[in-house]
Amino acid sequence: MTKKIKNLNLNFGPQHPAAHGVLRLILELDGEVVEKADPHIGLLHRGTEKLIENKTYMQAVPYFDRLDYVAPMNQEHAFALAIEKILNIDVPIRAQYIRVMFCEIGRILSHILNVTTQALDVGALTPSLWGFEERETLMTFYERASGSRLHANYFRAGGVHQDLPAGLENDIAKFCETFPKIINDLENLLTDNRIFKQRNVDIGLVTKDDALDYSFSGVMIRGSGIPWDLRKSQPYDCYDQLEFKIPVGKNGDCYDRYLCRIEEMKESVSIIKQCLARMEKGPIKTFDGKISPPPKAEIKQSMEALIHHFKLFTEGYRVPKDEIYTAVEAPKGEFGVYLISDGSSKPYKCKIRAPGFSHLQSMDYLIKGHMLADVPAVLGSLDIVFGEVDR
Amino acid sequence: MNNLIDLEKKINSELTTKINKTSIKHNQIYIEIDKEDLIDVVLFLKTNKDTKFRQLIDITVVDYPEETQRFKIVYLFLSHEFNQRIILSYFINENELISTLTSVFPSANWMEREVFDMYGVNFKDHPDLRRILTDYGFEGHPLRKDFPLTGNSEVRYSEEKKKVINEPVKLEQNYRNFDYESPWEGTKYIKEISETNDKKN
Repeated sequence: MTKKIKNLNLNFGPQHPAAHGVLRLILELDGEVVEKADPHIGLLHRGTEKLIENKTYMQAVPYFDRLDYVAPMNQEHAFALAIEKILNIDVPIRAQYIRVMFCEIGRILSHILNVTTQALDVGALTPSLWGFEERETLMTFYERASGSRLHANYFRAGGVHQDLPAGLENDIAKFCETFPKIINDLENLLTDNRIFKQRNVDIGLVTKDDALDYSFSGVMIRGSGIPWDLRKSQPYDCYDQLEFKIPVGKNGDCYDRYLCRIEEMKESVSIIKQCLARMEKGPIKTFDGKISPPPKAEIKQSMEALIHHFKLFTEGYRVPKDEIYTAVEAPKGEFGVYLISDGSSKPYKCKIRAPGFSHLQSMDYLIKGHMLADVPAVLGSLDIVFGEVDR
Repeated sequence: MNNLIDLEKKINSELTTKINKTSIKHNQIYIEIDKEDLIDVVLFLKTNKDTKFRQLIDITVVDYPEETQRFKIVYLFLSHEFNQRIILSYFINENELISTLTSVFPSANWMEREVFDMYGVNFKDHPDLRRILTDYGFEGHPLRKDFPLTGNSEVRYSEEKKKVINEPVKLEQNYRNFDYESPWEGTKYIKEISETNDKKN
């Protein structure tokens, strides 16, 4: 007797703790094996690009915090660099070090979240408890520098908004001393853990060619053995003066990507240390009053400063007609801004290239033939944050 | 090709008839082509051993409603091998069909879906041209310049119908777009910050 078997369609999300946000994943299952995955995204779409077209360059910065909200300043960096390249302005060296330092803090923030939640997805609770304590510390650094834990609005064209408050540099240095121990603790829990390895090794394999074809970047491409990092290959700000290594995976599976992230955190700590050691007192933004607002004290004495202040916060600064694509190595991969300016104080077009978008697109390719239980593991190692995927 | 100028020459000589204009700016090559030559040019850039633009970074559109050729389609490519970027573009009319890149780069799938969703540009032979970012049943193409910032419809839960419904947008206050643009250019020089303020910085 033959029985007709029908594949089962399963809705994974939009509300599912392992979906890392609002992902609706429609899975076609043959028993426990996934035949097809169709991600439906856009549930967090806020029309960022449209909004940016209607805001001045300065007002557009906070929207970048809301893209990948676990590493806000890395996104601002791409936008600031794009404007700086068009306007051709130099950023003071102290500002460059501050920016690079906070980008690396953002990288640690993002990687802690990813490594620990991936562990959570495959059944380990403790790493997230230990990791989140460190994230909390890092977010207080964000808060002390910019005034808010997440939506920093700190990197401006020409530098950063404010200088670091007294004592912050010391506290970050102290953190750099204690944090490697936490990474070791996480590694003790996970790296040789039998269950963690069973759930991650040889899962979600990406070959070199496919990594290129599917527009992967960041850890996703390095995990597959392609040594590509924009911080090294197309250095921006002061990355070319710093020493750091690029961890590269071998097999291109979830486990290799986890190892890459752990190693990257260690490298980030070393970059932060170097920044702190080299940072000297000095200006933190360009003196050009047409682009960055004058110091508050100056406004009370100088008519010109007052006019600059008024013009900047009403009309904003104008950016000459140009077209540019600028990318930075965000924790998730290549985050790019394709900016078209038309000479006015608002961008004519601002396309945001989010790494997670192309990573999530490959879900069908990655998960085909895997078991249902591998879906959270693969999704976790893709490092998806819906703020940037949906924009 | 390790040098952008060599690369520009190479592309111009190999694809003479297909390239309309090239220029180098901001360490990137900008290439303008015709709509029909897209697949040929992209295949050349991807496979030629001197170019190797193996990765499609993004596809996007720029909307110029006043122009006769309304949309500028933009493709961004990256060559890991030579560490170079190319920006490829061409113009099309509003209702023109363009060819899909999904056969060359699988990652073009979602990028083209996004372009279709946001600008209403249609792709010929695209395997799965559905909306991607906007809601199920959404109407209009939000990133077109003539689409209002506030949108056309808003959703709410209707207590009478016991379901979520779409309604035309009702604003308590009209959307205000302040025009601060001023023809005043100001001075060109950068003012020296005086001594007293230097300490505060």
